[in-house]
Amino acid sequence: MVVASGRQGPKRKHQRLMLVLMALGALIGGVLLAMSALKSQAAYFYTPAEALAAKVEPGKAIRLGGMVEASSLKRRNDGVSVDFRLTDGKASVAASFSGITPDLFKENSGAVAEGAFDEAGVFRATNILAKHDERYMPREMEGIQYDPTTHKVDTTAQ
Amino acid sequence: MIAEAGLAALWLAAMLAGLQLVLAWTAVAQGNKEALRLVRPVAVAQGVLTGGAMVALIALFLRSDMSVYLVAANSHSMKPFIYKFAGAWGNHEGSMLLWIAVMSASGAAVALFERGLDRRTHIATLGAQAAISIGFYAFLLLASNPFKRLNPAAADGQGLNPLLQDPGLAFHPPTLYLGYVGLSVAFSFAVGALLTREVNARFARAIRPWVLGAWILLTFGIAAGSYWAYYELGWGGWWFWDPVENASLMPWLAATALLHSVSVLAARDALRAWTIMLAVVAFAMSMVGTFLVRSGILTSVHAFAVDPTRGSFILALLGIYIGGALALFALRVHTVNEGAPFDPLSREAMLVVNNLLLCVILGLVLIGTLYPLLTEMLGTSVSVGPPYFNAVIGPVTLIMMCFLVIGPSLRWRRDDPKAALRRTAPAVIAAVVTFGAVLLLADRPVGWLPLLGLTAAAAVAVASVAPLWKRNLLRTPLFTYGMVLAHLGVAVSVAGMASESAFSSERLAAAAPGDSFEISGYSVKLEKVMPIAGPNWTAMEASLVISRDGRVIATAKPQARFFSDPPTPTNESVQITRWNGQLYLVLGEALENGRWQLRIWWKPFVTLIWGGAAMIALGGVLALIGRVRRERPKPDRAPALDGAQALA
Repeated sequence: MVVASGRQGPKRKHQRLMLVLMALGALIGGVLLAMSALKSQAAYFYTPAEALAAKVEPGKAIRLGGMVEASSLKRRNDGVSVDFRLTDGKASVAASFSGITPDLFKENSGAVAEGAFDEAGVFRATNILAKHDERYMPREMEGIQYDPTTHKVDTTAQ
Repeated sequence: MIAEAGLAALWLAAMLAGLQLVLAWTAVAQGNKEALRLVRPVAVAQGVLTGGAMVALIALFLRSDMSVYLVAANSHSMKPFIYKFAGAWGNHEGSMLLWIAVMSASGAAVALFERGLDRRTHIATLGAQAAISIGFYAFLLLASNPFKRLNPAAADGQGLNPLLQDPGLAFHPPTLYLGYVGLSVAFSFAVGALLTREVNARFARAIRPWVLGAWILLTFGIAAGSYWAYYELGWGGWWFWDPVENASLMPWLAATALLHSVSVLAARDALRAWTIMLAVVAFAMSMVGTFLVRSGILTSVHAFAVDPTRGSFILALLGIYIGGALALFALRVHTVNEGAPFDPLSREAMLVVNNLLLCVILGLVLIGTLYPLLTEMLGTSVSVGPPYFNAVIGPVTLIMMCFLVIGPSLRWRRDDPKAALRRTAPAVIAAVVTFGAVLLLADRPVGWLPLLGLTAAAAVAVASVAPLWKRNLLRTPLFTYGMVLAHLGVAVSVAGMASESAFSSERLAAAAPGDSFEISGYSVKLEKVMPIAGPNWTAMEASLVISRDGRVIATAKPQARFFSDPPTPTNESVQITRWNGQLYLVLGEALENGRWQLRIWWKPFVTLIWGGAAMIALGGVLALIGRVRRERPKPDRAPALDGAQALA
């Protein structure tokens, strides 16, 4: 009988060993799953110059951070789509977004756009994070200064 | 005066925690009977003092005492009463005080109400609880004193983050903290039992109500936080995989696993070492959560303060307590005998699988949450968001739901495969029918994850009520109903998530007054947009007339608000709830030529997500009542028995 044999040494050892093996299997499986998913799903942060230099392939989800360039923010006629350019002082990238933009998303201030480049090289943002206030802003944008007349971006404050 | 009294109460409570630790040590290690008697009163006194300090801080906020730094930095005299009250914990220092107040209150509760444990283990548990408290007292008093004075006093405060100005703030953080800190009790129980080598079914029955209580509060807290984010942020989402959300999810996952392994230990005296380990992991996750949120290492609406010393302090506490507990575990695990054996096809085995899968999910969430921190240290900035979490958590949850179909109907120790198969047949039929129905009836292509989610939900729903089949319903114990309700809640919640993600419709439009829009059979007409003022904000308010089949069913008034202190714009969305879903309406920016941005969603069965979560928590409540009623020893007999054991 199973119950009776369970009282004996070998079977008991066997059970604890089985449990440990199962736990190890779950651990390894979990780590492998996490690693493969991170490889394909983690979104890297780029500034416009870095994104151009790295030749990010179209469709690959990334986060693009920079300043909204002076007089580049235009709303389309549908009232809900915007076109703008993000700059880091070295390069600037055309971007577009459909939806309600954050309240503090405006020209000459910092923003991080989540999304991907399309085939034409325009960054299609699916989500925009703007500098809310000192307590809640995209981490990468801390301390960046932007001069709207010269388009110079100063990151030394970081 | 109040501030000084609060601070004095805190210092005194810290001293008492030290005394409690020393007394418990002498009582347990040297058998000192005087010390044994003193530990419980000291624990209660410590709880009362810390509670007093919390009351003092709330009083300072209510009186808008601007000579206190914390009040000046986070409150404003013009703020409505409830936010002055809740504002006491809407900041770093106040929330840490709340944490320690809850911790010492639960220590006092363990001292007063716990009667199931043998006396030595009980005292060792209180000693462990005191040891944890000391670290948090040190953190509060040395690194985040909530009672610091401001000299000269400020004319008025800087106000509370408007996103936090919501009735949810009054309930959400205290509920979550009660849950987090309740897990410290489970941790202390585990350490106490390891110290006295009393890891057995009696220990499991004693720890179970505390674990259940913490788990219920965590469940409520997470569900409430999710709903809060859903309507307050106005983004239409209900879970963002934000690190702070993950910080509350991880202890919940560990507590859920612990709850199930404790059941095995209580009923069958198996999984002893594993249960102890889970108790340690659960509290470790509470502390990791606190570290992530409180260190300001993450960008989040919850990150009140960016102060690296605080982060290192919590990290040090985490290292000391969890490292210490794991070392104790390693030293003592050989004295923990292996529990009773069981077959691969048995309820125990299924609960082991449940535990492993919950731990895998926990690990996946933890890796996803910490990975950005890791890469940042290595110099690249990476964000891990919903694409990762949905891709890994969804499938593992589906696998777990398959086992949830089989597990509850299996017998303890061993079961007959054929009988088990017969019992799960109805659930499998429900799954097949649902799968076909969704494929046939859906008005659009359905992703495989929501499709399988609905299928699994149907199977789990049927399987979860199966334990009641052919039973005398009047004589079925309350905790069985609890299990049935909680498992049914899982099915309901998953069905809501799947339905929301597969069948939501969205309209984004620029609307002039008089325009109307169709969405999923509803017609939304913008009547007008008018300015409106509240106690500490002004807003533009839209009047939206909602009708269906020509009949007006509701008028929604979403607002775009502007808060005065501190000056911040926010969105007040409106949800119109119907039996089969919610209409979610957001007013955006004003455009040129009198148009306004409008965002409208129809979210079918989205309310099931939180309804299911409430069922899960209520199931926990039923189980808690049922267990306490059945297992609580008679108060007049138990102490005598314990005394005899302590002497032996």
